[in-house]
Amino acid sequence: MVAVRKVEEKAKAVQPEPAGIATTTPSGIKAPRVATPDMVGAAIAELPGQYPFTRGIFPDGFRGRTWTMRQYSGFGTAEESNERYAFLLRQGQTGLSVALDLPTQCGYDPTDPMARSEIGKVGVSLSNLSEMEILFDGIDLSKISTSFTINGTAALIYAMYVACAERRGLDPSVLTGTIQNDILKEYVARGTWIFPVRPSMRLTADSILYANRATPRFNPISIAGAHMRDAGCNAVEEMAYTLANGLAYVDELIRRGGDAEKFAKRLSFFFYVHMDLFEEVAKFRAGRRIWARLMKERYGVTDPKAQMFRFGVVCGGSSLVAPQPQNNIVRVAVETMAAVLSGAQSIFTCAYDEAFQIPTEHSAEIALRTQQIIALESGIARSVDALGGSHYVEWLTDETEKRILEKMEELDSHGGAVAAIEEGWLQMRIAQRAHERKRDIDSGAFPIVGLNVHTDDDADKGPSEVFRVDPQASRRVLEKFQKTMDSRDNRAVERSLERLGKAAADDGENLMPYLVECCHAYATIGEMVACLKENWGEFQEPIRL
Amino acid sequence: MMIETATEPRAASPLRGKRILVAKPGLDGHDAGAKVVALAMRDAGAEVIYTGLRKSPAYIARVAIDEDVDAVGLSILSGSHKELVAETIAALKEEDAGDIALFVGGTIPAEDIDALIEMGVRTVFTADMKLDDVVDAVAKALA
Repeated sequence: MVAVRKVEEKAKAVQPEPAGIATTTPSGIKAPRVATPDMVGAAIAELPGQYPFTRGIFPDGFRGRTWTMRQYSGFGTAEESNERYAFLLRQGQTGLSVALDLPTQCGYDPTDPMARSEIGKVGVSLSNLSEMEILFDGIDLSKISTSFTINGTAALIYAMYVACAERRGLDPSVLTGTIQNDILKEYVARGTWIFPVRPSMRLTADSILYANRATPRFNPISIAGAHMRDAGCNAVEEMAYTLANGLAYVDELIRRGGDAEKFAKRLSFFFYVHMDLFEEVAKFRAGRRIWARLMKERYGVTDPKAQMFRFGVVCGGSSLVAPQPQNNIVRVAVETMAAVLSGAQSIFTCAYDEAFQIPTEHSAEIALRTQQIIALESGIARSVDALGGSHYVEWLTDETEKRILEKMEELDSHGGAVAAIEEGWLQMRIAQRAHERKRDIDSGAFPIVGLNVHTDDDADKGPSEVFRVDPQASRRVLEKFQKTMDSRDNRAVERSLERLGKAAADDGENLMPYLVECCHAYATIGEMVACLKENWGEFQEPIRL
Repeated sequence: MMIETATEPRAASPLRGKRILVAKPGLDGHDAGAKVVALAMRDAGAEVIYTGLRKSPAYIARVAIDEDVDAVGLSILSGSHKELVAETIAALKEEDAGDIALFVGGTIPAEDIDALIEMGVRTVFTADMKLDDVVDAVAKALA
């Protein structure tokens, strides 16, 4: 009794006037007071598994198979990660996720001055094949699915994975897994670009076309909106710019001789889910519909599998805040419900403490349990597209679709994704949006409980833990690197790099076999990148704000 | 590299007449915070120069001198703040520019803030701070 009154008194004392419920969505869509049957378009007659897949790509939804619950794990040296992987595999896990350190992601060897303070910090250092051999020592590559979060050097790391399998006498066709390999959003949001945009697009296309042939069960790209969302986009912009990037890859793949009917089956997407539940559901329903129509109408694709918009999501990210961190458990739960109601193929749930520290085992477990509770207890996955037919959701899907298409047209008027990124227009637009969002959070116009409304001065704030470099780990990486340099056949390295350079200068060649050859010779990431830079130069960041 | 001064700065322009360099040292590619703070300081009347990603401390110090700035703001989210701040301070001193005010923003654990201040950083900014407070802190330090 006493405690309750105390809280009430405190609440009265510190709270500003309640802001009330905003009548527009975070993307600026004015919601009707109540949606009525006359506001609903034709999609209501559609069925799941039917073109254009507004209601989902599978007729049975999650009845046949629930979504993949994907959680991240571990970092450190190749040896430490290898131990962790062996443990996870003994526990029955079949999928591994590999995070790479920033030097590997940006194409620097550990000996490079730029790499000095970053070796092994946010992931493993994989500078050459010998490190990957340690990473997967004792692990049967034909029995696991490996997901690499890698973009700027994705083709190189994928080539290393192929070489690693071949070294063990495996046919690469047995490999399963994913490389993120979405370079376009790196220029806009995540920043691990290396080469100018157009040769980077070639490298991406080459790796996709090679993968379709050599490792047909491997997903060679995951086209990501998540990082652009984190950098400031709203839901409509996230979907619009991601679809536009997807189309740019399709165009490049076709330019390089690919058949959309085939390669489109292996394209997949990756997004954030934020808190506005219906807007998020509408975003994905609209995205599925737009992608299918574009594939059919613009590219003449007829196989439904090549028209399907497959996507995974992250629940959490920048929607989580540091003050009153346990509130984030509720946020992740709401977002996971939105993801399930949207028909996501895989869901990653963030730990509630991720906004300010490296998750603990306890917080990581709650994140996974959140998915399991929603899957097994909530019943929301029982009937496919349970929100389909809701006047509001159908209206919002149509409205969101319209706005996504407008944003895509605006991007087209700036020359499409590639040109808009080369000129820095898209980066500028997203930075401006981030500034507006921050101003709205500061003023309270965009309410976040615990942060700008219903705050508590005693609440935890700020990160209490960040990635720390272990000086020993960094020294070990450098020692191993030197050992490989001393023991490899330098003439074979030179030959393979020379052939790579010639292929890079010839637009008619697919670069992948040359990269695989370099990896076999223990050429390093830094050497391969230097060779490609000689031919292509480096990306010059256009700075417009 | 130069951001034009806003045509219509906010009514209050506490940074009018100040030149500020916003820089991204190291390999960390998260630049949303750096750009947002750059825009906020521009709106507050400052002339802001943003370096772009992946700049070495030596490069940052050289630009700070060439552009004759009053302050340098480093944005670091990779956890390498101690190393990169130490290197930047050394680089500025090397160029006889140790008097340029240095600010740091990003993912900085609470227990590291005092250490950075002791090294010579004026103020450490974290993501939960209001932009107006960031601007005011910079204005106060440069007054």
